[in-house]
Amino acid sequence: MAIFLTEASKVIVQGMTGAEGQKHTTRMLASGTSVVGGVNPRKAGTAVAFGSGDTAVEVPVFGTVAEAVAATGADVSVIFVPPAHTKGAVVEAIEAGVPLVVIITEGVPVADTAEFFALAQEKGVRLIGPNCPGLISPGKSNVGIIPADITGPGRVGLVSKSGTLTYQMMYELRDFGFSTAIGIGGDPIIGTTHIDALAAFEADPDTEVIVMIGEIGGDAEERAAAYIKEHVTKPVVGYVAGFTAPEGKTMGHAGAIVSGSSGTAQAKKEALEAAGVKVGKTPSETAALARELLA
Amino acid sequence: MDLFEYQARDIFEKHGVPVLGGVVATTTEEARAGAEQLLGGQPGVVVVKAQVKVGGRGKAGGVKLARSADEAAEKADEILGMDIKGHTVHRVMIAAGAKIATEFYFSLLLDRAERRYLAMCSVEGGMEIEQLAVERPEALAKVAVDPRTGIDQAKADEIVAAAGFTPELAPKVAAVLQTLWTVYKSEDATLVEVNPLVLTEDGEIVALDGKVTLDENAGFRHPDHEALEDSAAADPLEARAKEKDLNYVKLDGSVGIIGNGAGLVMSTLDVVAYAGEQHGGVKPANFLDIGGGASAEIMAAGLDIILTDPQVKSVFVNVFGGITACDAVANGIVAALEILGDEASKPLVVRLDGNNVLEGRAILAAAGHPLVTLAETMDGGADKAAELAHAAA
Repeated sequence: MAIFLTEASKVIVQGMTGAEGQKHTTRMLASGTSVVGGVNPRKAGTAVAFGSGDTAVEVPVFGTVAEAVAATGADVSVIFVPPAHTKGAVVEAIEAGVPLVVIITEGVPVADTAEFFALAQEKGVRLIGPNCPGLISPGKSNVGIIPADITGPGRVGLVSKSGTLTYQMMYELRDFGFSTAIGIGGDPIIGTTHIDALAAFEADPDTEVIVMIGEIGGDAEERAAAYIKEHVTKPVVGYVAGFTAPEGKTMGHAGAIVSGSSGTAQAKKEALEAAGVKVGKTPSETAALARELLA
Repeated sequence: MDLFEYQARDIFEKHGVPVLGGVVATTTEEARAGAEQLLGGQPGVVVVKAQVKVGGRGKAGGVKLARSADEAAEKADEILGMDIKGHTVHRVMIAAGAKIATEFYFSLLLDRAERRYLAMCSVEGGMEIEQLAVERPEALAKVAVDPRTGIDQAKADEIVAAAGFTPELAPKVAAVLQTLWTVYKSEDATLVEVNPLVLTEDGEIVALDGKVTLDENAGFRHPDHEALEDSAAADPLEARAKEKDLNYVKLDGSVGIIGNGAGLVMSTLDVVAYAGEQHGGVKPANFLDIGGGASAEIMAAGLDIILTDPQVKSVFVNVFGGITACDAVANGIVAALEILGDEASKPLVVRLDGNNVLEGRAILAAAGHPLVTLAETMDGGADKAAELAHAAA
């Protein structure tokens, strides 16, 4: 098992024929993901060749997501289209009944996200992102831009707002491996939250220890802490980035800003610790705490 | 992007929100002319209001009444240049005076937790809304707003009913709330706040003060928003970084930081600050995220900004090669140092991990640049950079 994404997942790529889409489709295929189609109305009926020799595959291009789903039975769509077209792409995937939509695109207007999130909720569709690296269930499937070669399958479940911190933590714990590592994104509105991932990891028999990475801004970590206290029986190790961030300065992610007394790393750390979560001060210390639990 | 009150006023007016006349002024002469324009030769009152993006300006003496154009110029002279909570006043707004009967409160904002919008409204406006929310939460109505339908007639009626407006006032206020929704929606705002929203003695509902935050991600559909940016306020290094599309925030310390990915860079700041505790308390000098690409040009542009910061004594480059291969990053650093030549005069500690890390480290080792030290780990690199900054201080 793993969460959200398994070896059975059939993935289509919206934006596959673009430069980013092609680059990452190549990587997804190389790491074993079952990519069954791409979508581009102007290139419907064509196919894109990936890889070479024994690993060469041709991925068909469909005119619409609905056609791609009908032809392939795809149950995951990953979106690499530019911000101005992201809302249209996500809405199309939701309307086509794709149950999991992973939005990699950075710079999506938050009003667009708010609108397609409302639609997704109504239709029972899970969104991950936007502005996220996607998720990987090592050895099974990899959707998005997380490097597949950092580590393999294992007992750790990882959820993080940040992409590179996800990679860093996978690297720190590479000898243990991961059930699933998921980057949920740093925008003010995201489709899948820490809580959603915690609930899924709690229910996943392959996950023994959960590592949760947060950062300054908002109160998602505080809410996750309250959830952990009530609902999570597995050990959780936490890390919060941005202890030294000054008030009022946005640190890269649109959501990462300390405003007034709320959103500080210290407040998040305290909330997590009060819920029984061991919180590291640095990525390496966090990894060491996880190691103790895994040993 | 947070707007000044006068910018919010103009946007309100554009979308049919009732506002009073207001003229922005950066000099006493402009203030006099603005007041003359608003008074139109008649006796009356204008208000001179400091334009700063921080609350509490009234208490700080940044809002003053004037009964003539001359007095407005006088008050503007007092207010211009004033320091309000660390913000220097460069502009005032001369606003028409209003005969206020009652003050209300309204805001519409992103509800991050519920992932929709939230309208807050109270018949008790004017005071600090945070205080009201804590002391008398029942007096502040909170109504969820679906992003797809916004504040239509039904939602506006729901909000005014929840806030407890009288039947006479309710329809008038509801109409104004719909215009404020138009502002929120059509300008891609993430916050529209009116405090106070007033009832005048003439029975009109007017937005007397406004706070608007715009979503910078939506800039591509609002080419006019760029002109609203307060370029004068930005730190000169931040302004230069912005020109080059670099995600840079100036801080107060002496260890320059470059990394890839917002989370990793934030984390790097923390690790450097912790390491600094062992080295005379040195702190990070900046936040700089060069993103996933990390090409030679971007690395050079980033290093250039950091090395021209006179406060910087050492630089820590912390890159985890995910998509980007470490050899490309290493080549970028070598090329950047060549481009910068003698400008590169401060020690650089480089930590690379991830994709093609051995090749990357080999490239840096072979280049043998005298200023570059290789670090094996993030903690080790932070410690070395802090040590070097302390030694150079």
